[in-house]
Amino acid sequence: MPNSPVATANHEVRDNPALLHHFASEQQQKDAASLGMWVFLATEIMFFGGMFCAYLVYRYWYFGDFGAGSQSLNVILGGTNTAVLICSSLTVALAVRAAQLGKQTTVVVCLILTMLFGLVFLGIKGVEYHDKFVEHHVPGASFHFPGHIPSHPDIPINQQHAQIFFSLYFIMTGLHALHMIVGLGLFSVITYYAIRKRYGPHYYTPVEIAGLYWHFVDIIWIYLFPLLYLIDRHK
Amino acid sequence: MSEHVSSLKLYIGIWLALLAGTLLTVIAAGIDLGPFNAVVALTIATIKATLVVLFFMHVKYAHEKLTKVVIISALFWLAILLALSMADYTTRLWS
Repeated sequence: MPNSPVATANHEVRDNPALLHHFASEQQQKDAASLGMWVFLATEIMFFGGMFCAYLVYRYWYFGDFGAGSQSLNVILGGTNTAVLICSSLTVALAVRAAQLGKQTTVVVCLILTMLFGLVFLGIKGVEYHDKFVEHHVPGASFHFPGHIPSHPDIPINQQHAQIFFSLYFIMTGLHALHMIVGLGLFSVITYYAIRKRYGPHYYTPVEIAGLYWHFVDIIWIYLFPLLYLIDRHK
Repeated sequence: MSEHVSSLKLYIGIWLALLAGTLLTVIAAGIDLGPFNAVVALTIATIKATLVVLFFMHVKYAHEKLTKVVIISALFWLAILLALSMADYTTRLWS
């Protein structure tokens, strides 16, 4: 039986030191790792899903105050950050492709570019947070958000309801940023091993798995950007 | 291992589509479409997310079929969470 898993395993164990003894083949080992990451991402969908649900409920209840809060965010910085994250997703995808093709230098360059884009994102996010602190838009004792509800000049903004919007803004973007920081840590380790030429066509699972995580964090932002920055922009 | 290697052209194409989607959603947000502003914004976001999942995350070429089961289950659970919660909160004032 030349095609049986056992026969393949005996052959590949000698060839590839990265293949662990309890897997039948390189393909099975990579599929198991990838599936495990997807199961983790499923739990992450529920983790962020709870916050998106809270956002939907409060936006439905306090529609006008959420519109006013949304309009106070900086669309140019938020849009730039979206583009920066999309670029970082491209460089991760290219890093995986380079590993598949065995281009060691390209892997390292793409991973470093990814981390630079990630740092630019966090820097811009820091500028936005700084602006919010200066404007007293951070929920708490010194919260101050004067004005009226969009397209209703006679209704002043309810300070309690607006604080719920900014609480959700800081929690959701803050946890997203925390995920970015974790991703940067993962990529630092992977870049270290990529420089030591550990990854190639026969073993690039860590690059692929960390890439899945990074793309997922990108997808969360793809939803956060319109929900927080854009939906009430036209009024 | 015989993994699918996507072409450079495809990755660049997806990247440009994602950037175009971002520009489009910012422009669409400036036009008053009434209740459809949210629909348009979320539709564009979902198209962008689908492109990332299928091509950048290689789900279109996934070797392991269980991957798709996990993703669809996760989205189904998310739909239950959002649909049942909103069914409660949006109908509380009906009586």
